[in-house]
Amino acid sequence: MTPTDAKRPLQLNDQGQLRHFLTLDGLPRDLLTELLDTADSFLEVGARAVKKVPLLRGKTVCNVFFENSTRTRTTFELAAQRLSADVISLNVSTSSTSKGETLFDTLRNLEAMAADIFVVRHADSGAAHFIAEHVCPNLAIINGGDGRHAHPTQGMLDMLTIRRHKGNFENLSVAIVGDILHSRVARSNMLALKTLGCPDIRVIAPKTLLPVGIEQYGVKVYSDMTEGLRDVDVVIMLRLQRERMQGGLLPSEGEFYRLFGLTEQRLQLARPDALVMHPGPINRGVEIESAVADGPQSVILNQVTYGIAVRMAVLSMTMSGQTTQRQLNAEEQN
Amino acid sequence: MHLPNPAELLPQMATALIEHLNQRQIREPRFIGIRTGGVWVAQALLEHLGRTDALGVLDVSFYRDDFTQNGLHPQVQPSELPFEVDGQHLVLIDDVLMSGRTIRAALNELFDYGRPASVTLVSLLDLNARELPIRPDVVGATLSLDAGQRVKLTGPAPLLLDLQTLANRD
Amino acid sequence: MRSAILGARVIDPSSGLDQVTDLYLDGGKLAGIGQAPAGFAAQVSIDANGLVAAPGLVDLNVALREPGYSRKGNIASETLAAAAGGVTSLCCPPFTKPVLDTPAVAELILDRAREAGHTKVFPVGALSKGLAGEQLAELVALRDAGCVAFGNGLDSFRNARTLRRALEYAATFDLTVIFHSQDHDLAEGGLAHEGATASFLGLPGIPETAETVALARDLLLVEQTGVRAHFSQLTSARGAELIADAQARGLPVTADVALYQLILTDEALIDFSSLYHVQPPLRTPADRQGLRDAVKSGVISAISSHHQPHERDAKLAPFGATEPGISSVQLLLPLAMTLVQDGLLDLPTLLARLSSGPASALRLPAGRLAQGAAADILLFDPRASTLAGERWYSKGSNCPFIGHCLPGTVRYTLVDGHISYQA
Repeated sequence: MTPTDAKRPLQLNDQGQLRHFLTLDGLPRDLLTELLDTADSFLEVGARAVKKVPLLRGKTVCNVFFENSTRTRTTFELAAQRLSADVISLNVSTSSTSKGETLFDTLRNLEAMAADIFVVRHADSGAAHFIAEHVCPNLAIINGGDGRHAHPTQGMLDMLTIRRHKGNFENLSVAIVGDILHSRVARSNMLALKTLGCPDIRVIAPKTLLPVGIEQYGVKVYSDMTEGLRDVDVVIMLRLQRERMQGGLLPSEGEFYRLFGLTEQRLQLARPDALVMHPGPINRGVEIESAVADGPQSVILNQVTYGIAVRMAVLSMTMSGQTTQRQLNAEEQN
Repeated sequence: MHLPNPAELLPQMATALIEHLNQRQIREPRFIGIRTGGVWVAQALLEHLGRTDALGVLDVSFYRDDFTQNGLHPQVQPSELPFEVDGQHLVLIDDVLMSGRTIRAALNELFDYGRPASVTLVSLLDLNARELPIRPDVVGATLSLDAGQRVKLTGPAPLLLDLQTLANRD
Repeated sequence: MRSAILGARVIDPSSGLDQVTDLYLDGGKLAGIGQAPAGFAAQVSIDANGLVAAPGLVDLNVALREPGYSRKGNIASETLAAAAGGVTSLCCPPFTKPVLDTPAVAELILDRAREAGHTKVFPVGALSKGLAGEQLAELVALRDAGCVAFGNGLDSFRNARTLRRALEYAATFDLTVIFHSQDHDLAEGGLAHEGATASFLGLPGIPETAETVALARDLLLVEQTGVRAHFSQLTSARGAELIADAQARGLPVTADVALYQLILTDEALIDFSSLYHVQPPLRTPADRQGLRDAVKSGVISAISSHHQPHERDAKLAPFGATEPGISSVQLLLPLAMTLVQDGLLDLPTLLARLSSGPASALRLPAGRLAQGAAADILLFDPRASTLAGERWYSKGSNCPFIGHCLPGTVRYTLVDGHISYQA
């Protein structure tokens, strides 16, 4: 099974521009490159005294987070504010919606309050798709992370990090390490790297943490760090959650660290100037050694800065795509 | 319609600019070109003035007033200003001055960098079709076009003006 | 009431009859095939030229949602939908509120079904009290109240010993147990078949072994206890193989499959469409092929709609928050006709899987056209088409086939000689 074009119509307007940002599946290379270029411009804005541009002035961005997250929500808030948009953030815990109001009604009500863009994070895979298709098709829907399925803005900020520090993807070797099975970041990264032409994408994990059919992403599978990290240019460490021990997926954090932890010694297997990345928050001593996380090859903090720029790019591009589609629809009616 | 050759306009623009700056006793101007045509004109002008100043490049895509109608420009690139704006005398250079909205956007962007002491506007062409109260300080040539006609600068070398007729729109 | 159905191609799978002939009905029974009984004068005649006359279809799993789930459906609406699909006899599962574990609930269902008069209803009772898989339900009382078989749905008994006891008890009274084999722990939390599609979509998976491990256990317990067993809702090729092996060993087990499992695969989930959210899940094209082969060979002798209507809200949420089930009994005949169109089955075999096969699996008085038998008849036009959804009787519109043009159209459905549905 390969990713289909089925998603393309939903995320793109009639001119092939972004109108929602739900998943990296089905987005062509040119579009991803345009996104990275636009993000570069917004990085420059962040370096000025006045870190704002008036692009989304008068627009309202609504962050609707059904799953707790301080980091992603804060960067989306910052991104929206730097575009001069009005920002509302709602932390809707899943239990309150199950008490009565459906997801459908919650969002419809927000739409009625004249929101222009929704950023949604939800524990169910496919939630952002559901909203874009069935609830608010005429508002830009940005997926801030849905279940295990996708975290496309994280994927793109990771790509921006790699591009800024390593250049062209076509010569790179990238390893993703850890709990791939439960990781929406890993899925988005694998898709992005593939689309952008990375020829050597590796995943390193024990079998219990690998999804069935991982080969469909065009990656090489390793269960040994020594083999998997050899000569790579980029190492992306994933967060290991405590719950994995309870599910019988791993015996202990200690064993995971012994076998798959990124230590200074293991890092030496990679290229001398290899990048160390992590979507955060990091578990020191579980997936990564402190010295590595704080070391010279780590770009973990840069990722955060790039995240604001990428999210500014996504907000502007989808707003633009929705506007254009509205125009096209209006012209068609005349 | 006879379009002037930009190369022929540059000498008198250079002279006019020097005179303008001297009148105001501006000793250390900072030059900024608006991407893309304004940058080409600025480079040619600086060459003519025999100056090697660092040229600032301004991309106004994020400040345009037509985002709601036309969306985001597909080829946004970062602005690059290699000098401070605060307290400086800026010379802002563009290729074609038409409605004045690009200059309005450029001014808004410049003021987000800091508070300039003054802004001098230089434009290769003035099409006499202002929609906003913007006036150039130095102009190469003034033209009047028919409705539906546009002028485009190609470059960077040679600099040439090209007359285009827009396709019919209902 | 005396009626005649003239000039149909009459197909009765159990007797092998397949010819153009006339049918004569009297007092709700088939009085004659091919030849009118002496002195017969029809009060009503149906010109059935160009139509096929078959035994009314027998659907082994149609959720009527009454009592207890009125937003999803009720006996009147769902039996009418079934009649429109060519069904004259159906079994309703015990997942009602209250659960069908007391005679009172069975009686209520039978009364309502009689009132509505669209199809005959044969309730399936709960095997355990409350369907909790712990204490045995009063099977004999339920049988006397009209239950024809007993099941526990996908919630298998956690304790194998308790299950064994339940099977032995049922065997004592020659009662049929319906298995929906799925291992609770292997399936836990799963929303879709554990394969490439679910991994790509980030949906927790239900591995094939959830079905096959439970099937293996259940088949061995059936062998040990000697209970009459019917295995329902198979989803995997491997599962069909296990059934075939058991049958080859001489174990008299029967099996059915949901019609949609013969048509759809997990690839349909790619857009997260909740219309394809079903339990047990859609599996791979290889599984679909294995199931189709088993239907063709007769290892699986019954095809059922596994009709589960839902209110709009139940499907209007992110995938994991939606309720599983497809509402499709109204399309049973035309959707099944696609299997003939594809060349998988010939028409008599298809009709066997939809009538005599299911009827004999649960020993129901249905599924055959024979002199003296009840006049439960389906008349359909094999050359016309049905636009699915044009007129929809079920309260649940959760059907991915709506809008499709399907081969064959039900023209008349007759139950005990009276017309319960007419196109």
